[in-house]
Amino acid sequence: MADGAAHESTEHKYRPISPIFASTCACTLSSPTSRRRSRNKPSVSLKYSHIHSTLIFLCFNSFSLIHRTTMATTMVKEVGSEPAQLLGPESASERTLYPYVTGTSVVALKYKDGILMAADMGASYGSTLRYKSVERMKSIGKHSLLGASGEISDFQEILHYLDELILYDNMWDDGNSLGPKEVHSYLTRVMYNRRNKFNPLWNSLVLGGVKNGQKYLGMVSMIGVNFEDNHVATGFGNHLARPILRDEWHENLSFEDGVKLLEKCMRVLLYRDRSAVNKLQIAKITEEGVTISQPYALKTFWGFSAFQNPTVGAEGSW
Amino acid sequence: MFRNQYDTDVTTWSPAGRLFQVEYAMEAVKQGSAAIGLRSKTHVVLACVNKANSELSSHQKKIFKVDDHIGVAIAGLTADGRVLSRYMRSECINYSFTYESPLPVGRLVVQLADKAQVCTQRSWKRPYGVGLLVAGLDESGAHLYYNCPSGNYFEYQAFAIGSRSQAAKTYLERRFANFADSSRDDLIKDALIAVRETLQGETLKSSICTVAVVGVGEAFHVLDQDTVQQLIDAFEIVGEPEGPAAEPEPEPEPDAAAEEGTTADQGAAPDQGVAPMDI
Repeated sequence: MADGAAHESTEHKYRPISPIFASTCACTLSSPTSRRRSRNKPSVSLKYSHIHSTLIFLCFNSFSLIHRTTMATTMVKEVGSEPAQLLGPESASERTLYPYVTGTSVVALKYKDGILMAADMGASYGSTLRYKSVERMKSIGKHSLLGASGEISDFQEILHYLDELILYDNMWDDGNSLGPKEVHSYLTRVMYNRRNKFNPLWNSLVLGGVKNGQKYLGMVSMIGVNFEDNHVATGFGNHLARPILRDEWHENLSFEDGVKLLEKCMRVLLYRDRSAVNKLQIAKITEEGVTISQPYALKTFWGFSAFQNPTVGAEGSW
Repeated sequence: MFRNQYDTDVTTWSPAGRLFQVEYAMEAVKQGSAAIGLRSKTHVVLACVNKANSELSSHQKKIFKVDDHIGVAIAGLTADGRVLSRYMRSECINYSFTYESPLPVGRLVVQLADKAQVCTQRSWKRPYGVGLLVAGLDESGAHLYYNCPSGNYFEYQAFAIGSRSQAAKTYLERRFANFADSSRDDLIKDALIAVRETLQGETLKSSICTVAVVGVGEAFHVLDQDTVQQLIDAFEIVGEPEGPAAEPEPEPEPDAAAEEGTTADQGAAPDQGVAPMDI
């Protein structure tokens, strides 16, 4: 009874079990919901042929049948593409449920010659600031710049889709090219379709670009909400940076003023967003093309008098 | 072209390296009534001869709007043309939905040509028996393409297909050097004259021809019969001083264009004498 091999034991112990009981026994044992079932799903045909072939031996030795069934199912290759959801609570999900490695805000604005975009280089793993050299802004084709916050792996997946899109566009080689408006629209379709399948790409994307003198700046969220504006921000930037931009943005900002404004927003985010790191890049896109700056740090100021002797008003606290 | 033992199947090559079924399909295009297209840098005009089966019936639709910036004129099996127009409309609208941008006509034409090629390489299909003159705009300006049943496509400054199209082509060949810088109205006039060339002496009336225009800032649309009749009247009576002045332009054209039209009419008068009336 204890042999692990799948061959029949020659020694039979006769047990008077009625065939009906035996067959129900076999059915229960082979069903997917019985205990000790791993995630392996036995193929249907093998399951039943298994019952037929061993029904004979069931009458003689029901214990060896249990043993045989478990061995058989663990040996059976998982077939079929049924989603794991059907198995119940202990199954693995193949849909995105939570983000794991995330980037924080991206802030962007239109200026005189094009678009300026800023993002820090941090990627957090939950509350740990795990990766500090992640480029969250990438150029797309000749005319566009994409910045992303949220799940970094999903951002990489999006870059892969866009790579293919731009490749096919270039292969036409016919003087037409996808501009930022087209890329933004395409991304909206992708994000919205994934959301409809309850399997979102967990990102907030900022798409900026210039084509034929027309500046374009838009945003797409993970549920497919998209819009165009003169200045956009994702994540915490929505709450901390946009009020600043609303007050201080105006048409035809010079490059220096644009950078100063972006740095102001990023500094506030650095002070107040716990997932921000002090290593950021600023990207600009104009008719000529994309430039992404080298990473640099913002100067911060902590010399506030309230920070010296913080417990002076309440001795004993910390 | 005579019958031979290699022409039963579209998938049979002849020893000379020809696919006769495909060539026969191109003959079908020549049986259809004429369709003409010409373009300038900013506009494309399509014109075609509409013959009705009898006085009682209406004429077949030969010009289809595919999108705001693309239209097509067909010659040959109208049913095949209708089906291909539906395909083109579908492609355009799908692209517009995904990219919120008009499908460049050059890309649509390639997709159409690839679709036609499939029918030349399957034993259970037959080639489409229709030639398409595709007029459209994209980033690089106005374009006119001709799509063959063979799966080939060519870009043209001006072209004519269908029966008696050779007469129109002769006229167009004489005049095409001016087309690139022509005004919209001159282009339409040239199209109408080309249509008249294919009629072999029959009077040109708006009831037997259809004209459509697409251009920068102007969506593809078919001109209504009254407008066409006025344009026909304008150039047929050219040479009389009050002719061009009497031409009312219902389209909202700026005055400069009307003046241009006047000078062009007078300029066209000497050309009229040169162009052969009968071929």
